[in-house]
Amino acid sequence: MTSGFAFSPSCPVPDVDSECIELAHGAGGLLTHRLIEDIFRPAFAQSPEDLTHDGALVDVPSGQLAFTTDSYVVQPLFFPGGDIGSLAVNGAVNDLAMCGARPVCLSAGFVIEEGFPIRDLRRIAGSMQSAAQAAGVRLVTGDTKVVEHGKGDGVYINTSGIGAVVTPAPVSPAQVRPGDRIIVSGDIGRHGMAIMATRERLGFEPPIVSDCAPVMSPVLRLIEEVIPLHCLRDLTRGGLATALLEIAQTAGVAMLLEQSDIPVSPPVRGACEILGLDPLYVANEGRFAALVPPDAAVAALAVLRDFDPSAAIIGTVEEAGAVGSVALRTLGGSYALDLLACEQLPRIC
Amino acid sequence: MKHLDEYRDPETARRYADAVAEIVTRPWTIMEICGGQTHSIVRHGIDRMLPDGVTLLHGPGCPVCVTPPGMIDAAIAIASRPEVIFCSFGDMLRVPGNDRSLLAAKARGADVRMVYSPVDAVKIAQDNPGREVVFFAIGFETTAPATAMAVLQAQGMGVGNFSLLVSHVLVPPAMEALLSDPANGVQGFLAAGHVCTITGYKDYEPIARCHRIPIVVTGFEPVDLLQGLYMVIRQLEDGRCEVENQYSRSVRPEGNPEARDAVGRVFGVQAQDWRGMGRIEASGLGLSERFAAFDALHRFPMITPGAERASECISGEVLRGARKPSDCPAFAKGCTPEHPLGATMVSSEGACAAYYRYRRPALAATV
Repeated sequence: MTSGFAFSPSCPVPDVDSECIELAHGAGGLLTHRLIEDIFRPAFAQSPEDLTHDGALVDVPSGQLAFTTDSYVVQPLFFPGGDIGSLAVNGAVNDLAMCGARPVCLSAGFVIEEGFPIRDLRRIAGSMQSAAQAAGVRLVTGDTKVVEHGKGDGVYINTSGIGAVVTPAPVSPAQVRPGDRIIVSGDIGRHGMAIMATRERLGFEPPIVSDCAPVMSPVLRLIEEVIPLHCLRDLTRGGLATALLEIAQTAGVAMLLEQSDIPVSPPVRGACEILGLDPLYVANEGRFAALVPPDAAVAALAVLRDFDPSAAIIGTVEEAGAVGSVALRTLGGSYALDLLACEQLPRIC
Repeated sequence: MKHLDEYRDPETARRYADAVAEIVTRPWTIMEICGGQTHSIVRHGIDRMLPDGVTLLHGPGCPVCVTPPGMIDAAIAIASRPEVIFCSFGDMLRVPGNDRSLLAAKARGADVRMVYSPVDAVKIAQDNPGREVVFFAIGFETTAPATAMAVLQAQGMGVGNFSLLVSHVLVPPAMEALLSDPANGVQGFLAAGHVCTITGYKDYEPIARCHRIPIVVTGFEPVDLLQGLYMVIRQLEDGRCEVENQYSRSVRPEGNPEARDAVGRVFGVQAQDWRGMGRIEASGLGLSERFAAFDALHRFPMITPGAERASECISGEVLRGARKPSDCPAFAKGCTPEHPLGATMVSSEGACAAYYRYRRPALAATV
């Protein structure tokens, strides 16, 4: 193409999306109002009252509530398999699911950098809408602030969520028992490697796609199938190794994992090999570990494989061993996994 | 990628370990050159699959570990200048010089950026014509071709604000230096597969002949390593000292001629300081006269790399294979990845980091 204009049979429409966020969008006046009416309310409001007041009034079921909050500062904002919007909604939904709770409602707070394209904000709000619909949760209240150009990274999003606990027994590290089987809901490391490949323009072929997704459905199915869930943990920042170490340390147990049973897709493994990274420590956004009693492990695995065929039983909570330890059995023995002292950095060659 | 799984298959690995046990009649000491091989050996417990008499020594092939501290100090001095954007491979950022690391300099305001390829640094230079962009060119024969390509590209496109702080090192002279130390106990080498993918292995033939030592070019997966060890031990038991190629799926005898040609055009061989090993003749690469304009030390003449200061860290001996990380009194006590005393505890290819990660003494409390 030699010009920037494509032939179109329709009339040209003024492209309001080419506009950028200004400081006034966060000042509470006309532009703030317009931002809410043009972008956030169409995407999020399900009733005329949603997003119209200082706070939201929500009907909650009786029983225990789960409550969670998380902030999202990912770069790049858009990546294969998702964007910061889907990440922020799925992150809150998944944290609630890990408490054995069905999400009821979410809040969303945006810190937007002056100059951020409104077109991108609209796209992010759209993917938040899709993610919320997929998880069956409402976004009922929110906030927008604008910071000066150069003082943000495009956009930061905080989401908080309330959920109704639906498991008959508590789901927490305190319930973990020796003999429990450790199941991972799918292959690990996709999200972190997808982000790194996009951020650094590494161009893996085929591209690595993030696993960013709500895990509500598999968790609800596990509950419907009356699988006794001792503990659930999503495998986000710090990856599988960090999640299991945290559980082992809180529960005061020892775990043993089989390296050969841990599912890692060939593209992720290849990318980790090239960069000298350990997939056990790479972030996921749609994967979780479930710890269940040994006699429920096969049934739990069958449920999880309905959602992702790569789900696998990867280890056991040991009868004996060092408290708070997670050992990985390899070819010539086993070694103890450890929390990383610092972020993994790619190696030289 | 199914390919890779073949080289991790536990059954095949065990068959090679059994085959080694069958042919060994006496103790042998073998050094793997490359830090990537060290990590794979320690992580998968390859050394524990071998018969008792077979000892593995870990060699100097960790590119960031052998970069001299004085050069890192110079890197920090350059990076701290306001006009400079300093680009480096990620793994180098945490390694301390005599005082601190590039990551610490970044926290103090230096514009230090992690890149995956020197060509990315050329792009940064094009995008920032008002700044001086300096790339920290370190590593063995594996990274030198990409550095050479970046220089040729910058020259071709007339990018005048791009320069290099060069600390490239060569493997064969380091092997010679190790063997010339009478205290060395090395009886066979696993040569680094990635390096030989670039250079081929003809340069290793005089070393094998002169020092009467078998050298097997070896890959990085468990089956590669066990097969390479089998080939070295087979030679030792037969009394042979040849250069053999286990990693033939990647390495050709002549290497990669295009890559070698690029290196030959841009660099000349020169004496080089190695961290912990001192100065080794003809063991480094420097920009040739034609490309001297790209030398950051010419562009910033006020900065001169200093010497390595004495420290309690034994990483020099670890890099020479003279001592194991676990022999160090500070190992996992005063020296951890969080508070490293030396480079070998920092780098993802350093032997001390491998031992810390995979061989730390077990925790005290038990269930």
